[in-house]
Amino acid sequence: MKRREFLKSVTALTAASAVSAPAIWSPAKAQARKETLLLVSENGPNNLDIHGVGTNRPGYEASWNCYDRLIANDKKTLADGSVVYDRDKFHPELAEDMNAGDMSITFKLKKNAKFQDGTPVSAKDVKWSFDRAVSVGGFPTVQMKAGTLLKPEQFVAVDDATFRVDLIKKDRLTIPDLAVIVPGIYNSALLKKHATDKDPWALEYTKSNTAGSGAYRVTSWKPGVEVVYERFDGWVGGKMPELKKVIWRTIPSPGNRRALMERGDADLSFDLPAKDFSEMKKEAKIKLISNAITNGMYSVEMNVAHPPFNNEKVRQAVAYAIPYEKIVAAAMFGVANPLFGGKSNDVSTIKWPQPTGYAANMEQAKALMTESGAGAFNTTISFDLGDAVNCEPIAELIQESLARIGITTTINKIPGSNWRSEMAKKTMPLMVNFFSGWLDYPEYFFFWCYSGQNAIFNTPSYVNKDMDTLIDGARAAAAVGDWPKYDTDVKGFISKAYHDVPRVPLFQPYLNVAMQKNISGYCYWFHRQVDYRSLVKA
Amino acid sequence: MTDIVANANTRPAGGAAALFRHARYVIGENPITGLSFGLFLLIVIAAMVGPWIVPYSPLASDTSAALKPPSIAHLFGTDQLGRDIFSRVVAATRLDFAIAILSVALVFLIGGLAGVAAGFFGGWTDRIVSRIADTIMAFPLFVLAMGIVAALGNTVQNIILATAIINFPLYARVARAEANIRREAGFVEAARLSGNSEWRILAFQILPNVFPILVVQMSLTMGYAILNAAGLSFIGLGVRPPTPEWGIMVAEGAANIISGEWWIAFFPGAALMIAVFCFNLLGDGLRDIVDPRRRT
Amino acid sequence: MLANVLRRLVTVIPTLIGVVIVTFLLTRVLPGDPAVYFAGPTATPQSIAEVRKSLGLDKPLPEQFARYIGELAHGDLGNSLATGRPVLAELTSRLPASAELTLFGLVISMLIAIPLGILAAVKQGTWIDHTCRIVATAGVSLPVFFTGLLLVYVFYFRLGWSPPPLGRLDVFYDAPPTVTGFYLIDSLLAGNLELFRASLGQLILPGVTLALFSLAPIARMTRASMLTVMASDYIRTARASGLSSYTIVVTYAFRNAMLPVITTLGMVFSFLLGANVLVEKVFAWPGIGSFAVEALIASDYAPVQGFVLTMAVMYVALNLLIDILYGVVDPRVRLEA
Repeated sequence: MKRREFLKSVTALTAASAVSAPAIWSPAKAQARKETLLLVSENGPNNLDIHGVGTNRPGYEASWNCYDRLIANDKKTLADGSVVYDRDKFHPELAEDMNAGDMSITFKLKKNAKFQDGTPVSAKDVKWSFDRAVSVGGFPTVQMKAGTLLKPEQFVAVDDATFRVDLIKKDRLTIPDLAVIVPGIYNSALLKKHATDKDPWALEYTKSNTAGSGAYRVTSWKPGVEVVYERFDGWVGGKMPELKKVIWRTIPSPGNRRALMERGDADLSFDLPAKDFSEMKKEAKIKLISNAITNGMYSVEMNVAHPPFNNEKVRQAVAYAIPYEKIVAAAMFGVANPLFGGKSNDVSTIKWPQPTGYAANMEQAKALMTESGAGAFNTTISFDLGDAVNCEPIAELIQESLARIGITTTINKIPGSNWRSEMAKKTMPLMVNFFSGWLDYPEYFFFWCYSGQNAIFNTPSYVNKDMDTLIDGARAAAAVGDWPKYDTDVKGFISKAYHDVPRVPLFQPYLNVAMQKNISGYCYWFHRQVDYRSLVKA
Repeated sequence: MTDIVANANTRPAGGAAALFRHARYVIGENPITGLSFGLFLLIVIAAMVGPWIVPYSPLASDTSAALKPPSIAHLFGTDQLGRDIFSRVVAATRLDFAIAILSVALVFLIGGLAGVAAGFFGGWTDRIVSRIADTIMAFPLFVLAMGIVAALGNTVQNIILATAIINFPLYARVARAEANIRREAGFVEAARLSGNSEWRILAFQILPNVFPILVVQMSLTMGYAILNAAGLSFIGLGVRPPTPEWGIMVAEGAANIISGEWWIAFFPGAALMIAVFCFNLLGDGLRDIVDPRRRT
Repeated sequence: MLANVLRRLVTVIPTLIGVVIVTFLLTRVLPGDPAVYFAGPTATPQSIAEVRKSLGLDKPLPEQFARYIGELAHGDLGNSLATGRPVLAELTSRLPASAELTLFGLVISMLIAIPLGILAAVKQGTWIDHTCRIVATAGVSLPVFFTGLLLVYVFYFRLGWSPPPLGRLDVFYDAPPTVTGFYLIDSLLAGNLELFRASLGQLILPGVTLALFSLAPIARMTRASMLTVMASDYIRTARASGLSSYTIVVTYAFRNAMLPVITTLGMVFSFLLGANVLVEKVFAWPGIGSFAVEALIASDYAPVQGFVLTMAVMYVALNLLIDILYGVVDPRVRLEA
């Protein structure tokens, strides 16, 4: 704080000599700064409601902080001192009590829970919100499906303070799915006033207004510029947050964000590139926190439906040709967990993600190419332009290595909106891609990326009956608690994935955050966005 | 109206030798012009032999030597993947020079031909060409370039095409004005009487006379073409990696300025600046040679 | 005079029609399917088809165009898919930011380039002339985004002279009550000098970046125009009559030389409007340039169409204004027309 004020006085002196206007520094402004957090990141939300059509990831952050869920994950502290969410333990947030029966779960809501406009929260609001989540379609509905929350009939408002979820079938993921961002609790009375025939769920209204009971509400939103949050002093979901006001500014240039942090003009910079992180860590001027992204990995994906990548030996040759160490060193500056060089492709634990048995081995790669009978060919490496800072150096290094085994490639950077369409078309032959699942279970990752439903995330278009048997077996075993069978099936599907290798895991990335030394309370969440409720500014 | 007669006699009598003497006089008189011609020659040489004389392959990565500042081994330092920046800057000369020359050649042909046709034939040709030129001019030019490259794909050809389209109005207008003046000139009448078709007159009599007027603008356009490619690279619509091109090297290196690795953007930036500078000053020099009356 | 203006307006209409058609086609040719984008990360072919229908993209092209023209006639520029707000609202809220920046940059540029051009003309052929030429050309020889980032590095990061590149105002200031949308003017009107200083501080770096870029054409034109004027008969007469250099240059030559420079200014202004998309990106400036670029990358048609249309209308209006201004300043032009 001192430094900033000093800098300001210097600027004022310089400016005063150039522009003769009195440089007054009001003490009120200084006080306001103490209670406000200035957060900067590359992109801002395009919608404040996760249920909206096409809401982007920054939009999830707004929903997370402004709406409550019935339950929330506990936190745990790792060996390096960082705080992360606990996958397996939950505590009530808007509910005060959870009772899991055989085919249903009953929640008692907190008696003093109120929405930000003063209306008390009732189970009717919870039912309306859950109905909304499974009815709006798109991503929210699919996410609810992951926990077998499919139909409004499953959600029952027993009375004003009691809410029940009836299960269609047992699913280990149902309870964790209730703690993700999607089943937030919305102020149904307020929203019904804004609903129309064409828009029965008031999606237009919630796009730019928050109507929840969460710890913060959005008081101002200038799309592409900033979001201003103010604390809701009637929050009952947990310990009252310390920050009264949070300002989230969109600053597209990473160099500028770094400059702002290093000069002390911003409090928290979110999602730093690996390079900035590793360099700023060496300088040690500000606090840096880094967490491995759970259930996530960067990988090289090959379209198995089209030749020549339908040939398993070609894919394995690629897996041996990739210059893994160079990638981790030069593209990620060492800030990544290697997912290569393990003992074998037959894994012995159910840890996920874990290293494959592949390592950079040019001779092995060349031998496999010859064995495959594919001969030299030309193809394209595609990746999302929005992630070019990581994917481009990776693609360039891979391009160089593949050239040595007879595969010549051109690099194709695809702009953001187009990336989704290209993924849906499933015609890209070779990609560098990233995926991470909210629910940190291997069967969840495999459900999206390897199973026969051929979802958009199954970019290799890998459809295999044996793989589906293993995935379904694992999910069924987990639902009934048959852990020995679960272990066998998980090890089975991971090993199969590594042998068939439609996608070659490269590394598990980190989520890097920089903050001034007087900021504490940061916690890593599965949704990889910032939770303001625990942050403290000394 | 004395303009026509004077213009027709622009080329001094005595052909090539006299032109050369005149050129040498102009270059010698103005040191800046001399400097820019010298630089231009250097760029052309680098473009022609550059890729063969560089110490490292512009595409070879060496991650153990990544992000090293300039040294004896690497004159301009190395980038994130350990590639030698000196080699890349020199190798990029060819691509950037090609972008500059081809853009200008393309816009001269399309714009020049369309313009002289409009000025020569008048009537509907004139109206259509003028409308097209006005429509293009009304667009914010850089956004139009972005749109064209985004729509057609970011290849070198499309970048050249986008640059040519953006500059079309300027060339068309000047060419049209000049053609208008010369429509009734003596030599045109003579060519007509000898039995030349209108198009032959257009292409072989009028267009070559328009060339000297446009040559100044063409050198400015060359500089602009390279800057345009750089701007497109900044947004991600430029040349594809790992091709070395000054603009994309500056765009990528720009992010590294804050972290202190100044050499990644500085050297390609300097090369780009020198080239554009050279082309701009060249324009002035060329005008002095070609049309002394317009010397300023 | 009025008849003249009306006649000019009529010729402008086909141009505007051309712009509308070209923009519409261009956005439809862009790769990327907004329907997939907005169907979200877990899109199925079904949900994509639904979204496409709700966006009206499943209809044939001529029908979409007819719908677009109809909406245009009602002043409806459509909605931005990315921000969800009406494009017209976005443009009107962001236009003052871009206009203020561009005008500020232009003013700085004029303040430097015109004296430079005059000096170069008066001292033609000397090293002063050459230096002026080099300085002016240097500004335009670097990519504009690079100049911007370099200035941020030197003046904010290293020297700390400039305020942080956070946009139009530091976070802890509230915008002045909107009268014109220009913070400089509005803060003065509200009598808030601290706010004026803060807005000015934020404008300096991006303004200088733009100014450097437009120095060359203005300086060049001023020099050329001054040289032509200085060689004319009436100046020779003035010199022969024994008037001081200062009087000759400033009172007689300069005023006559300004006419072509005004035309160039118009061209430079519209050129800057296009170039400031990159400056806005570097300085996080909430203008229409950065808005249009984001929309273009996201294949969001309506904002791109709206932006281009707005720019085209502004360009046309500006040219008209300059022609009228020219007529006012130089009676010969008026009589000829």
